[in-house]
Amino acid sequence: MSSENALEPVEKVDAAPRPAELDFDNVPQTVRLWQPVGQNPKYSLLPLFLGSSLVALPATLVATLFGVACGVYLAEVAGKRTREIVKPAIELLAGVPSVVIGFFCLATLATLLQNLLHTTFRLNAMVGALGVSLVIVPVIATMTDDALRAVPGFLREGAHALGANNWETITRVVIPAGASGLVAAILLGMGRALGETMIVLMATGNAAQVTLNPFDSVRTMTATIAAELGSVPQGGEQYRALFLVGALLFTLTFIINLVAELAVARMRRRLAL
Amino acid sequence: MSRRGIAAATFVLAAGMAGLTFAMASGDTITVKGSDTMVILGQRWAEEYMKERKDVTVQVTGGGSGTGIAALINGTTTLANSSRPIKAEEKDAAKKNGIDVVEIKTAMDALAIVVNAANPIDHLTLKQVGMIYSGYTNNWKQVGGPDKKIIRYSRESSSGTYAYLKENVLNNRDYAADVQTMPGTSAVAEAVAKDPNAIGYGGVAYFATNPKLKILKVAKDEKSQPISPLNADGRPNFEVVWSQTYPISRYLYVYSPGQPKGAAREYLDWILGPRGQEIVEKVEYVPMPGHAQQAASN
Repeated sequence: MSSENALEPVEKVDAAPRPAELDFDNVPQTVRLWQPVGQNPKYSLLPLFLGSSLVALPATLVATLFGVACGVYLAEVAGKRTREIVKPAIELLAGVPSVVIGFFCLATLATLLQNLLHTTFRLNAMVGALGVSLVIVPVIATMTDDALRAVPGFLREGAHALGANNWETITRVVIPAGASGLVAAILLGMGRALGETMIVLMATGNAAQVTLNPFDSVRTMTATIAAELGSVPQGGEQYRALFLVGALLFTLTFIINLVAELAVARMRRRLAL
Repeated sequence: MSRRGIAAATFVLAAGMAGLTFAMASGDTITVKGSDTMVILGQRWAEEYMKERKDVTVQVTGGGSGTGIAALINGTTTLANSSRPIKAEEKDAAKKNGIDVVEIKTAMDALAIVVNAANPIDHLTLKQVGMIYSGYTNNWKQVGGPDKKIIRYSRESSSGTYAYLKENVLNNRDYAADVQTMPGTSAVAEAVAKDPNAIGYGGVAYFATNPKLKILKVAKDEKSQPISPLNADGRPNFEVVWSQTYPISRYLYVYSPGQPKGAAREYLDWILGPRGQEIVEKVEYVPMPGHAQQAASN
């Protein structure tokens, strides 16, 4: 909606006999809103669903790049001693309280990103996504490591025997054999990203917009529940709406985790040979 | 460890717990929950009151007016702070739980409209504020400022300030979808201080001392004089709030389940008395008109 067009009807109201009064009733308003407090409460799940997606998908993408690389390095390249240092270090990252990561995003990362990219919103989905990716890199890295280590040694030995070098063995034999495990790792990471609350509550700006731009401020399902559930009378309309959001969130993560489990089961079957 | 040792340890533990229970039961505890706008005020009241009355414990927490009133309805707090009057449906919900809510006006507040100190704008009309927050004015140029997109910051929907602005300034229109909601007024202050194109709102006390913020003058309509909620010295201006000349002034309420009795009653009397009202003034809110002369003469 262009602001010029939106203004026009209001100017007409200005010309009406009650110019001083604040009255822009003639202007149509957006319907797809999450705005549970007011005369006409609005409970559209669309902005919340898009908000969650705009955080979870980029977060998963970034975390996949780093997480899978880490996992492959740990399982296939790193020596025993390096592994003993690097793996706990990555797992330590999972132990950082998300409120700390959230504050880091809010105070430091957001400013850094805005100075770099000149985004309109200082707090936006991407800031939240980068924060969330910090949390899920360890999930993806550890699970990738586990999946690749489950690939039997004779496959590697066979590849080497056929003259493949290390790189070829990893990319053409080990990763394809463990592919289902990698898919499971990424999906579980995504499930975790969808459920992450504190970081997105602090870093995304919490504006319930219908948008596909990852640099817009968004409001996720989890942040909405966290911010509002404590302050609604039990059993009311908004209370029930928030439970619906929760149910939707559970369904989404359940489906994602189910697919991940199926992928793991499939890998076990295939590697049993 | 011998059996006797274990018995002794158990005894010490039991005695300790009994002592703890006794200590907790020996004084009255008043829990106050609600408006974030009133958290600073509520905590100062509690601190000073507990200095005078060693036998009473007052616990104050925020979360928003909605949170406080919900707690009152659910019977989990002694008193609720609210920066908006209780809604009819909340009153009904309380009645259903057998609670007849009593309203006490304890102080007044001027709602400040705040922008970054770098913004050249120095006043807006009430209507302009409403149009900015409901999404019909999107560029500072439209209200006489630079050609920049307006970044709107707001409070969570549980906040009394959110509801107050929606009813009185947005005229019950929806907030624009891109309004960013912050978990507290100090978070709004922080965000506006960091963003040169931002606008925010909240209790004047949260913004008055921050040099990176500018509190705007607000005019009731195009023909009225823009009024600042502050005096020349940067303190809240009582006169414009009492007379409601400053167009967005409001009461700060405390709600009680039924007529307050015992410790809660004494506490509320103290709040409305000279000591309580003096503290209102100290945290840069506006004391109640009747009591203010008392406070000023002290």
